[in-house]
Amino acid sequence: MITVGDLRVTFGHGASAVHAVRGISFHVEEGGAYGLVGESGSGKTTVLRVLSGLLGTWEGRLAVGGQEQGARRDRAFHKMVQMVFQDPYGSLHPRHTVDRALAEPIAIHRLGRQGDSSRRIVRALDEVGLGPAFRFRYPHQLSGGQRQRVAIARALVLEPRVLLLDEPTSSLDVSIQAEVLNLLARLRREHRLTYVLVTHNLAVVAHLCERLGVMNLGRMVEELTVAELRAAEPREPYTRQLLRASLGYDRRAVDALETFD
Amino acid sequence: MEAAPRSEPAPLLRVEDLWVRFPGRMGVVEAVRGVGFTVGREKLGIVGESGSGKTVTGRAILRLVLPPGLVTARRLVFDGQDLLALNEAAMRGIRGRRISMVMQDPKFSLNPVMTVGSQVAEAYRMHADASLEEARRRTLEMLAAVKIRDPERVYRLYPHEVSGGMGQRVMIAMMLIPGPDLLIADEPTSALDVTVQMQVLAILDDLVTQQGMGLVFVSHDLNLVASFCDRILVMYAGRIVETCRASELQQARHPYTRGLLQSLPRVDRPVAELPVLQRDPAWQDAFP
Amino acid sequence: MIPPAIGDQRAGEVMPLSSGRPRHAWRAWLLTETPGSRAQARLGQAYVAWLGFRRNPLAMAGLTILVVLVLVAVLAPVLTHQSPVSQELGRRLQPPSAAYWFGTDELGRDIYTRILYGSRITLLIVGLVVVSVAPVGLLIGTVAGYMGGAVDVVLMRMTDVFLAFPRLILALAFVSALGPGIENAVIAIACTAWPPYARVARAETLTIRNSDFIAAVRLQGAGPLRIVLGHVVPLCTSSLIVRVGYDMAGIILTAAGLGFLGLGAQPPSPEWGAMISSGRKFLLDQWWVATIPGAAILVVSLGFNLLGDGIRDVLDPKQG
Repeated sequence: MITVGDLRVTFGHGASAVHAVRGISFHVEEGGAYGLVGESGSGKTTVLRVLSGLLGTWEGRLAVGGQEQGARRDRAFHKMVQMVFQDPYGSLHPRHTVDRALAEPIAIHRLGRQGDSSRRIVRALDEVGLGPAFRFRYPHQLSGGQRQRVAIARALVLEPRVLLLDEPTSSLDVSIQAEVLNLLARLRREHRLTYVLVTHNLAVVAHLCERLGVMNLGRMVEELTVAELRAAEPREPYTRQLLRASLGYDRRAVDALETFD
Repeated sequence: MEAAPRSEPAPLLRVEDLWVRFPGRMGVVEAVRGVGFTVGREKLGIVGESGSGKTVTGRAILRLVLPPGLVTARRLVFDGQDLLALNEAAMRGIRGRRISMVMQDPKFSLNPVMTVGSQVAEAYRMHADASLEEARRRTLEMLAAVKIRDPERVYRLYPHEVSGGMGQRVMIAMMLIPGPDLLIADEPTSALDVTVQMQVLAILDDLVTQQGMGLVFVSHDLNLVASFCDRILVMYAGRIVETCRASELQQARHPYTRGLLQSLPRVDRPVAELPVLQRDPAWQDAFP
Repeated sequence: MIPPAIGDQRAGEVMPLSSGRPRHAWRAWLLTETPGSRAQARLGQAYVAWLGFRRNPLAMAGLTILVVLVLVAVLAPVLTHQSPVSQELGRRLQPPSAAYWFGTDELGRDIYTRILYGSRITLLIVGLVVVSVAPVGLLIGTVAGYMGGAVDVVLMRMTDVFLAFPRLILALAFVSALGPGIENAVIAIACTAWPPYARVARAETLTIRNSDFIAAVRLQGAGPLRIVLGHVVPLCTSSLIVRVGYDMAGIILTAAGLGFLGLGAQPPSPEWGAMISSGRKFLLDQWWVATIPGAAILVVSLGFNLLGDGIRDVLDPKQG
């Protein structure tokens, strides 16, 4: 479904150039869920932005749904690939009602006559567990979890085949995380979606994905399956260190931490 | 609600029946409702989600809650001194020198137009009569104590030139240089990468064990608190719903705590569907 | 990272200060938490904003002043039976009295009547300028900010050219070229008043441009026109409205200045600035001829300023 070949992204030029992504390759099969894990500065978010089409200056190869992609994406691409952002407080327009936010993509893609549009909106809200009472609220009248559900509904209203998820639960309260994670897992099953999930949280990746790629400083350190991760069998020391740290604090382990440059 | 530590001398901090109320347009919001606990020379974790009142509790101890917020307590005693009875001048002597606070994001707590070294030195000179030279020397010592490898170079950097982890270590240095007895850390590592988190926590850990400092660690991360702290308080809707030793967290009794523990995804424990926390309205009122 | 607002749980009960359910059905309809249509949602937000505005006494004072201004302009023929232009030299320069509340000017015209009719001119000038200037500035600023690159540079240098001139001087130049008169004064003021709006709109757009919600709508395939008009402009309008409120005072003063210099409304039109100009010869002995129109300008400017402050407090972006 998605093939990334030797992706390179550089910001700036000359001496002050920042090589955010240095030759990343991976593929995601249709209906699969792939996690991109790394700490800040690893380049994982940049890869997602390239995938989505938000970032146009990159080199390498990118194919989605069998079609090669260039710097610009067409409307058909956007119908196929949608994205959910990290911050539910920033991804909804503060002056648009939920209804307007969901109706916009329908209007852009000319998918609905009047009645059809309304049906799609109601169905999308229903899928994410929000009833019709939420339809005409403004974002500031919604809680963080509800906003994220609206963001997911907005991504779903175009019936995409690929969902790009940028830290979808990092900004949510802990008790809400579970609901949103369950929702994402269910939606993937029901609609046979393909996920690319970017996160720093190994537990979230383990729950939602089947395979993951670990990035550090723009390079892919290791690719492994979630089963291998759970069995504590990563090969690379960086991944092992990440896994160790994610399990909790351990004073002895801290002394063994290295910096990987 | 008190949690009595097992074998402690007089605790550093004793809080009894703490209430923090914020009158507003729509009524009075009670952010903290009848909270009580003690802190000794140990690491105490206060865990809660947004709106639980954990941050307000930390600020109330230092009397940093501004009017119209109202702080009342039956007892708020630090090292024998009643904090509520002190006037503002006396409180300023406590803040920083005896009780210090480290906050979440060093980007927002460091002055962007001063070098980090001079800020730490200033913090020192505020609480100790010291010359500039002496303050600089102490600052360099402190920067080394928080595992900054090249203190001389870092001293001259500005906040925007340092990474998140280093900025937080500078904050810790700044807050610890007067040598407080109690440190309140409000989500000090939430903005950091997980490996840097571990390093910063190790620094705090060493300080508690080596210098006998008390630490109140406020966080939303239950697993982190359970692995780092000695005792845990779980807050919900302004009340403490659970107190236990960190090692006994898995045997927690309150349904909120149990629900929270079960709803967290874990790498070592695969589940098809995460059990979702079901909120019981009775939790708002009942004491465990 | 934990969001700062209260999340899905509430920290304790909120006890209402005053009990009492809404008295009117429409108030309940407006304040409902589950609106049933976009219109209901929008009206509800407007109502909440109005309630916030109403709590601010200075803002209400500003609003009152302006409401009075509008009423005075509309009801001028009702409020006075004199004519603003008819001269009666026998009663010139009379002090304020029961017969002539604000006295008479050098040509025997009742100043009270002239103030009332002059409010129409003031409103006309302010209204025309705002209606022409705000949309133009908004559009130029948002397009420049969103498109960036060459478009941004060209539009902003154009704006800089107009911004470089002191407003009154440039207005004078325009009026001298076009000839005196109210319409030309309006055009002159409009030409000088739009650059600040473009700058403000561009600054806001630059911030908004990097938001996730803009990224989201780009990812839906929206073109720049839809984004600028549907997403960027609505967020700029609140700061624009606030600036307009403040600017109104300046526009009035500029118009008065032009009138004072004889380049705005022409005699016998009762424009307040022109009245001050013709009355300045008598300032020491017959103070009311120049001072009363000056006071009127002061009050109206103050009203717009207070209104601008009040609107800014209500439209605070953090609330939205």
